[in-house]
Amino acid sequence: MTAAAAAPARPPGGPSLVTQARWAVSDSLMIAKRNLLVWMRVPAYLVFTVIQPVMFVLLFVYVFGGAIPVSTPGGYVNFLMPGIIAQTAAFASFATAIALAQELKKGVIDRLRSMPMARSAVLTGRLAADTVRMVVTILIIVGVGYAVGFRFLNGFGPAVGMVVLATVFGLAICTIAAFTGLAIGDEESVQAFGLIWLFPLTFVSSAFVPISTMPGWLQAFATHQPVTIVVDTMRALALGGPIAANLWKSIAWLAGIFIVFIPLAVRAYRRAA
Amino acid sequence: MSESETTSGPAILVEGLTKSFGEVRALRGIDLLVPQGTVLGVLGPNGAGKTTAVRILTTLMLPDAGRALVDGYDVVREAAAVRRSIGLAGQSAAIQEELTGRENLELIGRLYHLGRSSARSRAAELLEQFDLVDAADRPAKGFSGGMQRRLDLAASLVGRPKVLFLDEPTTGLDPRSRLGMWAIIRSLVAGGTTLLLTTQYLDEADELAGEIVVIDHGLVIAAGTSEQLKDRVGGDVLEFTVPDRARCGDAVTAISKIGESEPHVDGETGVISVGVGSRGSDALIEAVRTLDNAAVETRGLALRRPSLDDVFLALTGHAAEEDGQVERRRRGRRRGGGQHGGKDTAKAAS
Repeated sequence: MTAAAAAPARPPGGPSLVTQARWAVSDSLMIAKRNLLVWMRVPAYLVFTVIQPVMFVLLFVYVFGGAIPVSTPGGYVNFLMPGIIAQTAAFASFATAIALAQELKKGVIDRLRSMPMARSAVLTGRLAADTVRMVVTILIIVGVGYAVGFRFLNGFGPAVGMVVLATVFGLAICTIAAFTGLAIGDEESVQAFGLIWLFPLTFVSSAFVPISTMPGWLQAFATHQPVTIVVDTMRALALGGPIAANLWKSIAWLAGIFIVFIPLAVRAYRRAA
Repeated sequence: MSESETTSGPAILVEGLTKSFGEVRALRGIDLLVPQGTVLGVLGPNGAGKTTAVRILTTLMLPDAGRALVDGYDVVREAAAVRRSIGLAGQSAAIQEELTGRENLELIGRLYHLGRSSARSRAAELLEQFDLVDAADRPAKGFSGGMQRRLDLAASLVGRPKVLFLDEPTTGLDPRSRLGMWAIIRSLVAGGTTLLLTTQYLDEADELAGEIVVIDHGLVIAAGTSEQLKDRVGGDVLEFTVPDRARCGDAVTAISKIGESEPHVDGETGVISVGVGSRGSDALIEAVRTLDNAAVETRGLALRRPSLDDVFLALTGHAAEEDGQVERRRRGRRRGGGQHGGKDTAKAAS
């Protein structure tokens, strides 16, 4: 869109709007393909994304699980898995922030911005690749869950719905991460501080333990923060129970995050120096 | 912008370009003119404003004031058109290390909207030209620094740019890779590409650029051919070191009568140099005599043609002193230390 406005109205000049729109899509796909290729070429990326939630699953199911009373059908493992999946999706955004900070530092983004490609493609392509990455990661964790006794109890459709919600949640966090990575622009700092807030946000939620076990002052925060709302919705989708109210709240939260952070990420990208 | 400014005009035209970052005035009104098919060397220390200028000319950053045309297009109003005419290689290798050399170039080709097969053949052509065929299908992570920079330069040429911007293309390379890079750049220029090259290395500008502008603190402080700039120093330079640092002062006193300008002492290397005009060997003989009389032991006393280092010193000598430590250290690293502003810089002729 920006490219269209800046294009010159002179004879040898710019491609038509249709061509530009086509390029915006094909450029995004090229960037997405590149990012996925990089991701697949370094298996360590996937291993690191998956290994932490797997350890959490084992730790919580077999070590802490017995001490955490839940009324969930199927017991603690069924309570836990939607939470673990949401956390995995959120933490997968680290890779987004780090990769963008790296690209910025190495001058890759400068190179791409100096080329006649669609400027939006670097971000849209990355988010497209992140979607694929997110779905693959989530499915692996679902598989791990099945191995330790987790079961979807609410039918196929809602189970798919849970995966979709987790993916969109992860993507929302990715837009925050994209903004963080581009705004901070330093790989080490991003890794160390950029997304540190994700830890309290995911732990002080209904992801691992019922909120009713927390002290009262913490419950107030935990009940109303988006991770709890998303996790509760995912749990209802996976296991049954009332969905609508939490689903609408989740959608509102996620839409809010996209509305705030997509423009911020785009602005950080434009200004990237 | 009128139509007449395209094609036959200069490849780069810059007028009164300014850019500030908060309090820091990175560019304070620079003018540049680069005719098509020529090479302009933009020479200056770290922080002089070189990279800012390149970033504005390659549409990565907006200027505060002034205007700049690249290939006839305004970098602000016609940025999209500018991007179709330019290539950029920055200070580090902007390549995807996990991908192979070939994949990197093909990706760039596709992003230039070349078809699949033209992207492939363009990549093959560039790998050949840049002597990367053997390594083409290995991940770029395993490339040497020199190979990565060659790949990066190749990437900047995928779109067959009319105007190429190289921002410090050899910074951080070992001497051999540097020579290789120079050879490649020379062959590009021979092929008719217009080139704007920034560098901290004075010999690099000397080697590659027809015209040189020296910028410092965001201003063009000198412009001309390498020869013209060297003439500014005023003839030959007498140079030597004093092994006993304590005697440096005596040596300077002794030779200050011979020099046409104040002698310069490099604080780090202990190299003392002084311009001696056209008196060449007479000055040399005289120096030997005076230094001997003063009983100062010297090493490597010699007469040489002025290098651009001397020019740079003459132009920015005391400016370098005012600058931050970082800048001095950076410049001190080049070529094992030529002349640069140390604490004890005696002001060179200005």
